[in-house]
This record gives sequence, C-alpha cells and structure tokens, in this order.
Amino acid sequence: MKEKVQVSGGTGLSAKDVSSGKIFVTDDSLDCAYAWDTGVAVNRYLAELKNGRIIATECRKCKRIMLPPRLFCELCYVPSNNWVYVQDTGVINTFSICHVHWDASRIGEGEKPHLPAVIEIDGASEGMGIMHLLNEVEPDQIKIGMKVKAVWKPEAERTGSINDIKYFKPIE
Amino acid sequence: MRKVAMVGAGMTKFVRRALETPKELSYEAAKTTLDSCGLSLDDVDCVAHGTAPDAFDGIHQNGEYMACGSGGWNKPTMRVFVGGATGVHAIAHGWYHVASGLFDTCLVVCEEKMSSAMPHAQGFFLTIFDSITERPLQPNLLWIFALEMNRYMERYGYTKEDMALAAVNNKRNGLKHPASQFTDEVTVDDVVNSEMMAYPVSRLDVSPVSDGAAAVLLAAEPVARRLTDKPVWIEGVGWTLDTAYWATRDLSYPRYLDKAARMAYDMAGIREPHKQIDIAEPYDPFDYKALHHLEGLQLSPRGKTVELLRDGHFAMDGNMPMCPSGGLLGVGNPIAAAGTMKACELFWQLRGEAGERQVPGNPRLGVAQAWGDLMQVSSVVVAGI
Amino acid sequence: MSKKVAIVGIGYSGFRTTSTDVSYREMIYEAATKCYEDAGGIHPQSIDSFVASSEDFMEGISIADEYVPDQLGAVLKPVQSIAGDSLQGLASALMQIKTGQFDVVAASAFSKISNLSSYENVLSYATDPAYIRPFQENPYFIAGLEMNRYLYETGTSREQCAKVVIKNRYNALKNPTAIYGAKIDMDDILNAPPLCKPLGEFDKSGHLDGAIVLLLASEDKARELTDHPIWITGLGWATDTPNLDSRTDTLGSARYAELAAQKAYSMAGINTPYNEIDFAEIDDTFSYKELQHIEALKLCGPGEAGELLDLGSFAPAGDLPVNVSGGSLGVGYLHEANGLHRVLETVLQLRGEAGPRQLPGVETGLAFAWRGVPTTTGTAIILSNKS
Repeated sequence: MKEKVQVSGGTGLSAKDVSSGKIFVTDDSLDCAYAWDTGVAVNRYLAELKNGRIIATECRKCKRIMLPPRLFCELCYVPSNNWVYVQDTGVINTFSICHVHWDASRIGEGEKPHLPAVIEIDGASEGMGIMHLLNEVEPDQIKIGMKVKAVWKPEAERTGSINDIKYFKPIE
Repeated sequence: MRKVAMVGAGMTKFVRRALETPKELSYEAAKTTLDSCGLSLDDVDCVAHGTAPDAFDGIHQNGEYMACGSGGWNKPTMRVFVGGATGVHAIAHGWYHVASGLFDTCLVVCEEKMSSAMPHAQGFFLTIFDSITERPLQPNLLWIFALEMNRYMERYGYTKEDMALAAVNNKRNGLKHPASQFTDEVTVDDVVNSEMMAYPVSRLDVSPVSDGAAAVLLAAEPVARRLTDKPVWIEGVGWTLDTAYWATRDLSYPRYLDKAARMAYDMAGIREPHKQIDIAEPYDPFDYKALHHLEGLQLSPRGKTVELLRDGHFAMDGNMPMCPSGGLLGVGNPIAAAGTMKACELFWQLRGEAGERQVPGNPRLGVAQAWGDLMQVSSVVVAGI
Repeated sequence: MSKKVAIVGIGYSGFRTTSTDVSYREMIYEAATKCYEDAGGIHPQSIDSFVASSEDFMEGISIADEYVPDQLGAVLKPVQSIAGDSLQGLASALMQIKTGQFDVVAASAFSKISNLSSYENVLSYATDPAYIRPFQENPYFIAGLEMNRYLYETGTSREQCAKVVIKNRYNALKNPTAIYGAKIDMDDILNAPPLCKPLGEFDKSGHLDGAIVLLLASEDKARELTDHPIWITGLGWATDTPNLDSRTDTLGSARYAELAAQKAYSMAGINTPYNEIDFAEIDDTFSYKELQHIEALKLCGPGEAGELLDLGSFAPAGDLPVNVSGGSLGVGYLHEANGLHRVLETVLQLRGEAGPRQLPGVETGLAFAWRGVPTTTGTAIILSNKS
C-alpha cells in the first residue's frame, strides 16, 4: 500500500543544541498584574469563609443548593439570591496523590505529596463539590466516599480566601 | 446543505523542542498541505486557525502573530479557541466557512509550540483554574485529570493496568507514524511502573508536551471534485461546552462529548455509530481518556470498554481500530496541532494512503475527537469517503 | 448563500471605567438577560450555538473560553471562542446560520480592562518576541509611525485628526452610555502631552468596562422573534501582515479595511458605498484611524477624509454621519468587545431607538472594527432595516 502521508518540518533540538550556543534564544519573563473583581456572589462566599462558614445559593426554580454560590442559576437562567449556609463537612468524590508542584517541579525528599480532592459538601445539592486539599491522613488511607471536615485557619489569620480553610481531614 | 470535503492534509514532525518558530511550524504544515493537493496560496479563500493558550508562547493575540505563517496574509483569517479541543474544532470552524457559501476553500492550520514556556508548560496551566476559588490552592494541571481518572476507575472497578492497555495500544500504533517522536514500544509494566506523578497518573499514562503543526485544506463540493477523485467528506461536526463548575459534575462520564457526538452523528445521519463507524480517533492525552472518550462517542458501552479492549476490539485489525495514528500518546501532544493530526489521519486512512499503519478492509467512515478546558468541552468530526 | 440572517436581540451592561460591584460573569449575565428579553424573551435553551470573543492575556485566564457557558445559559450547548475582535465572532455566528444547521446563535464579548493593571505590558507581548520586544518600546509607537505616514501620504493635517476627537467627544454628549463626552477645543488636543508624536494623549480612546450580547437568527426565526429585525447584508474581514517591517506600503493606509470592505460590499451588492450607505460606526481607537479607515472603506477618495471632515460631511447633520454615538473616543474603548459596540450603535440607529442622537430616515449602516495596535485585522459589516 502506498504511503502518502505528508510530513515536513519539526526539527527536534536537544538540550545540548541550546546549551552549546548553537541555538539562540530570546528570554523574556512576563509581567502581568491583575486584580479580579469577585462580584456579588463570590464576594459573599469569601466574606463567609472569613467568618468560618460556607455559604451557598439556592435556585428558587430547580431548588439546587449550589457551590460555589452564584448570582444566577446557569441551568434555569434565573437569579438565585436565596443564601443558605451549608456544613463544613463532606464526602470525598475523588482524590489524587500528587508528587509534582504547580510548576511541574517534583516534590523534594521527605516532602509530603499534595492531596487534592473534590469534596461534596454536606447541605449542598447532591454532587455539588468544590476542589480543596486533604491532610492529617496517610495517602494510602484515602478512599473515595470518606467523610471529611474542614480545618480552618485561626480567625485572626483568615483573609477572605478559599485558603481560609487550610484543608479537609477525615472524620468518623 | 453545501457539502464540504478535505482535499489535502499535512503536518510537521511532533518533537519535544523544535528549532522552528511557531510561524515556521505553521508554514511547514500549511505548505505541505497545499502541495499535497497541488494548490498555491492564491487558491485559498480564507484561513481558519487554531492554537491553544497564548501563555505557552508568551505571545498576546497569538493568532495575529501567526497569521502570516498560516498563510493568512491579506486574507480573511480567524482563530478559534476551545482549549484542548481546538484541533478538531478548527475543522468545524473551517467547515462552516465553506458550508455557509461565503468561501469555496479554507486552509485549516493548527499549531502549538509548548517548549518556549519555561521552565515547563505545565506551570502555565495554573492560570486555567478559577482565579478566585481555585488558583489560590496552587493546582497543577495533572490534578484534574488524576481526579477524573480516579473517579472513572472507581466507577467501573478498573485498575491502572487496565488503563495502561490503552497507552500500549496507541504507542504501538504511533511507532509507524512518520511524525512520531517515539522509537520504542512500551509494555503495561513500563506504564504502571513509570514515575508516579499524581496518583493514579503515572508518567507514561500521559502524552508528552510537544511542538508541532498540522493542517488540512477544505473545499466545497464542485472544487473538491475538481481537485481530487478521492475527496474525504465532512459528514458531520459537533461541539459542546459544559459548565465551568467542573467539580459539580459526574466525572465518570463525559456528557459534553455525548452531546457533541450526537450532534455530529445527527448531521451525518448516523444512527448506530458503533456499527457504522470504521475507525476512531478519540482524544488521548492520557490513556484513560481514550477509553472514557470511546464511551462518550457511543462507540463502546459504559463500563465495558476495557473488556472490549482486552478482546482486541480496538486493535488495528479489530472491529473498531482506536487511534491508528498512534494518537497523542504515540505521536506527541502539541495541543491544537494534535487534534488536527487526528483529522489528517482520517484523511489518509479513508483514502488508503496511511502506508504501513493502514487499517485493513477499506475503512469508509471515521470519527476524530478532541477535548479540553476544565474537562468540559469536546469537538467531533465525522468524515467519510 | 441566499439564507438571510438578522440581528434580533441586543443587550449590554457596564459601560463604566470600573465595575467593582460585579464579576465579569455577572456583568455578562446582565447583558445576556437583556438581549434574550429583547429577542421576545427567548430562553437560552432555545438558542442553538454561542460564540464569545476574547483574548487570554486580557482576562488573566488561560483558556478563558472555559468560563463562557454559564452566564450565557449555554451549559452543554455548542459554545466556542474566537480569539479575535467580537465582530469576527459575529461573522462566525453568521456563517453558522448560513450553513442551515443553526437557526439562532448568540455572539458575546466583554471588557474588564479595569482588572488588568499592566495593559501596556500585555499589549507589548503582542509584538514579535525576537524583533520588536527587545526594543522595550511602548507599543503605541506603532500608532505614531502609522499616523505620521498617513499624514505624509495624504496631506491630512494634525489639526484634522484633532477634529475627529472634537466631533466624537461632542457627539458622545447625546449618548447616555458614553463616559468621555466633552466639549473640547483644538488647543486642548494640540497641547496635550505627546504619547508617540504626532499622536497625543487626546488622540487615544479611553478604557471602558462593559459587556455586549447580540442574538442572530435565520429569516424565519427572525420574523418569529422580533418585529424589527436588522438584516446583515454584507460582512468581510481580513488580516494584513503581522510583521511590522513588512508593512512599508501599508503603514499609511489600512489595507485590512479595504480588503474587509471589498468582501462586505460585494456580498451586499454595494457598488458606490458613499451613496448607498447612510451612516457609519467606524473604528476610532486613535483619532487618525477614523479618517484612514473612512478612506480605506471607500467612503471617499484617498486623502479626502480630512477635507470632508472640515466640510462637516461626517457630522450628525452631514451627508455621511460617522460615529454619531461618540465612537470609542467618546464612549470608551471596549477592547475585544469593540466590534459588537460598533454594531450595537448601528442597530440602535436602524431601529430608530437612538434617542437624542437618532438620525432621521436611515436604512443602511456600516460598522467597522479594527483590533488595535499592533494588529492588522479589521472586520466590516453592512446592516439594513429593509428586507
């Protein structure tokens, strides 16, 4: 069978090609600064995190209790300004044991892996999860379906951020 | 509806780090495509362009910067963008340029140069997460895939060995692709024992970041018939975006792909895709994704995919060859270009021009798919001869 | 090809220098809600496809299309982003409908420029990383080069450019959405601090936050949804070279505008634009751009725009009113939403809903958007209230 696959270009370089000075590079590091407006719904979410509470919004039409809270229900497309507090406990929907940092560098010797998880928060509608971190648990003990509870920063250290919850830990 | 066909295709090698600039990679893919159907840039009415996040290149308005490399100088040129799903979506984007009647020919060019991002392109994925509710947790891109993979495996009781089978299949196919950056076969043990990056994701579960470009030329029916006796028709296109609140979804099933696939099949008049489709190029940046996507594409019953894979159903000589190109796992993953490479593969396979990796039995209908964003978007193209 | 497409709904929100009370998603929700209400109260589940236009660096989000669906009511719908001006996004929506596979498509764009504190850095990242960026020049220098060349080639004067600013900011006084409306003198402009000479501080439009959503529909659907469809009769877009040093023969003119207009006019069957177009909303990101674009769009001969401006031809009462809305100089510059802004104002005029700035008896309008420095991409659209 004749091959007519058309491939051209894509000249691979080795690390040596660059380090030996055979290949020139132009370096630049980007300097961009942003200050994002959090808006009505997320602003209140952050304010309540600072208070040590998790707040959600309920859609009056479909009755979903939604996290993170939102000004409108994206499915019914109506305003959802009915605020309800939910628990700071939940169930692990899924998790990972991550050995790389955000920038792809590997975690060091003796350093604990990151333990991200999707946690379905009690009091919100079924399946309403948020992404957060786990701790106070051996990685090999984590199971999908495990009950967890938020561990909050001390009140004085909270800033109105998702990091006001330090992490979630298993509970019985 | 106006019929549109692929009449030419071309691509660069997919390499870890390319000498060529993004413009030069685009040029190579575009020029090779034009040469493949004997056309020059003057014959091109418009350019449909795709490339994934500007952050990789560190170039704002990257589509503008690349315009001349993609052949867009002094032409209508438009860059479309749906994250990782861009490479296949760009075919749909090109399709409506021609199907609308506004243009007779459209050059679709997708490019990605990920090696410019220092120290690693993965770091730039931090900026895809919600800037207020997620980014402060310093997430790595692997997290969301690990979370999805874990959920998928848990749902059906799949093991890491099961998932690795897909990597082995695709990487083996890729060895026969002239654009592939790989030379060695891998085994299930190799995959399972490779460096654990983010459980359950090991290094060889993942396709490598790469540099590369791929292109196809689309033409309206009369032009297509004039240019070739084997036009590959775009029978259907589909794309769907799910909610950005990804942590609130059932991660075990790609419902965004379910909808996108049905949209494409409806357009193509396909009622029983698992019987009618001859070859499939599901998007496979991770091995589990190939299987996950076969289910979303309605080509495999939910939870039965590993069984079918073990039975050889998705092998080159099976009923539904999966990723005959080798896919992203077997050729490489320059994001937007990788999706277009899958469309190129349909073009070559359906014309019987894929050489030593030609799927036997004269395949007549194929589907290519790409996926991206926060695990929320899919684009689908159905092509037939 | 014969399939007719109309704009059947318009909605906008914001139009302020800052918008700290709402997130961009909440701002778009407001615009989309107004748009759908304007189109007979359509629910977004009845819309077939959605096209947003955005650039990652402007938002500080990579793969920003992730965050498009929710606020448009587009979850699990065909949704895509165009990394371009929103008028290109609108072109994409138009093409989708013309295939016959889609009947109703929404086009959206927004600006939250107030959230980006290093705008000029971002702009400089759009220039070539190897040839241009090492100069570390503020990218407005490209506008300075263009303006100088335009004045040289056409004999247009610095003062005529200033008159564009005077006209547009004065027009803006009659536009309630405009925040840069003012009555200013020639001296104010000529004595303003220079930016990149001959370009001065007043020759540049000011930033604006805002969101715009428009709804397009095929002919049958359009008549179902609204009593005042505005028909898209022509549309074209083009890109000149991105290489600054290859632009020697087009720095003074705007070839992208000429090419875009050619396509739009030919689609609309327009042979003598000056006679057949009643008014125009034309990109005026910088003062000289309005004149340069008017010429490239063949609304007058080469080098004649300045003189016609002197004669009052482009004033609201003139033969061819240009930027009666106040343009970007008067209302503010919405970045990727710039194109939809020009269309929005054109639609308001054609519907007779432009209030104190309404032009009498207008039937055909032209809107034209450019993507700003350092790009060479422009899109032209012809709109009509006659079917």
